[in-house]
Amino acid sequence: MSLSATQATPRGLVLRGLSKEYVPGKPVLRGIDLAIAPEGMTAIIGPSGTGKSTLIRCINRLVEPTAGEVLLHGEDIARLRGGALRAARRRIGMVFQEYNLVERLTVMENVLSGRLGYVPLWRAWLRRYPEEDIARAFELLDAVGLPEHATRRADALSGGQRQRVGIARALMQRPDLLLADEPTSSLDPKTAVEVMELLARLTGEAGVPVIVNIHNVDLARRFAQRIIGMSGGAVVFDGPPEALEPEHLRQIYGGEDWL
Amino acid sequence: MSASAATAARRAFAPNWPARLGLVALGLYCVYAMGRLDITGERLVTGLGEAGRFLARMWPPNFERWELLVEGLLESIQIALLSSALGILLSLPLGLMAARNLSPAIVAAPTRAFVAVCRSLHYVIVAILFVKAIGFGALAGVAALTVASMGFVAKLFAEAIEEISMKQVEAIRATGAGPGGVLLYGVLPQVASRFTGFCLYQLDSNLRNSTLVGIVGAGGIGGTLFAAFKRFDYDFVAAILLSIIALIFVAEVISGRIRAAMR
Repeated sequence: MSLSATQATPRGLVLRGLSKEYVPGKPVLRGIDLAIAPEGMTAIIGPSGTGKSTLIRCINRLVEPTAGEVLLHGEDIARLRGGALRAARRRIGMVFQEYNLVERLTVMENVLSGRLGYVPLWRAWLRRYPEEDIARAFELLDAVGLPEHATRRADALSGGQRQRVGIARALMQRPDLLLADEPTSSLDPKTAVEVMELLARLTGEAGVPVIVNIHNVDLARRFAQRIIGMSGGAVVFDGPPEALEPEHLRQIYGGEDWL
Repeated sequence: MSASAATAARRAFAPNWPARLGLVALGLYCVYAMGRLDITGERLVTGLGEAGRFLARMWPPNFERWELLVEGLLESIQIALLSSALGILLSLPLGLMAARNLSPAIVAAPTRAFVAVCRSLHYVIVAILFVKAIGFGALAGVAALTVASMGFVAKLFAEAIEEISMKQVEAIRATGAGPGGVLLYGVLPQVASRFTGFCLYQLDSNLRNSTLVGIVGAGGIGGTLFAAFKRFDYDFVAAILLSIIALIFVAEVISGRIRAAMR
């Protein structure tokens, strides 16, 4: 990938004029410009339907952006196709609201599916993963607190356990960036905090930056170093958690009775 | 307006007039059709008398020519196994190509049309065509039942694939997996147990069907059965029918066991 580099390749993620219209003329994202540092957790808050999920999915192209650039370490992901796009995706881990584990595969198979972008197909098919991958998968299962569950089927796990597997799968990719789309919305409050703690700790240790969509403003304040407030497909607040005032929340979510 | 009048005017269950009229029309047509086809009580009585004589000639079943019987049954089983295996193998790519959630419309539409053609003709008609095209014998039977299996299994495969959770597929896609990886980890695990069920079911019905294609000369026990009918060897016919029933019954039990173990 050639770069029109006037300076060193910018690290981290840069979004430039990112727009998405599912229906022409009805933009869900209106020209988002953001620069995300290659470390720490960034939380995106905002009402439902404001384009938070679309924004995150445009980064790894699960959703096709209508216009704009998605630069990861200087490479425009929005322009990639085929094998180059897959190579970019394997550097971006993703954690989903409903975990999105393959229900009928075992925990170990789900974690190892994070390596699918790296290992040849026949190895994946015959479950002949390199030993270092399997060793790392066990390490991750220990780290997320599921050391005994490798051979259980994913559909036998509780919600919190499934999300832990989801985090292990994402980290198995050894990503440069981790996206989390409402990772706690399907969990009870206590489990939600535990999962966020785990996510923050493991990505912090691995030095992986995280972008997390989250409905719970308190969780966002507690774990993120930066909060981005979205409303109507545009960024209306961008700053550290300390700077987030009720005034901003009113602007992001509208109304004030709930505050 | 009083409250009770308002309640009386509201209807909890709307009458379905089209359905009522349809049922009445269907009943009338059945009566008319019986008249046209000369199905009367008298005709039924003579028919039953014939059936009694026929059944009497079938008893006791004659197993003297058991070698012929076993040979035919074995050929039928071989036809069933081969055509099931071939049909299922061909159905795997066809089903995937016909699934509208994974294949582009330009691939899915012609594949669905092809599968529909495979299904549209009854397998006995397909068997007749193959007997004319490639000659008498088991090959024609295998070919005919392979086509029939393809039409049936590929359609079921496609439908099963269309019902999978795309969230799991999306997650595998997000890891950077290629199309093969998405298929192996995102799609197949979701449909594998249903696929196995369809395959067992198809094997079952191919066993049944393979006993029939012989009647049109496409190999198997059906040919033996037809010959016995034509020679009025009704006691041998009874022996063949009993053997077929036993074969199907055993197959049913075995596939039921496998299905239960799969769950």
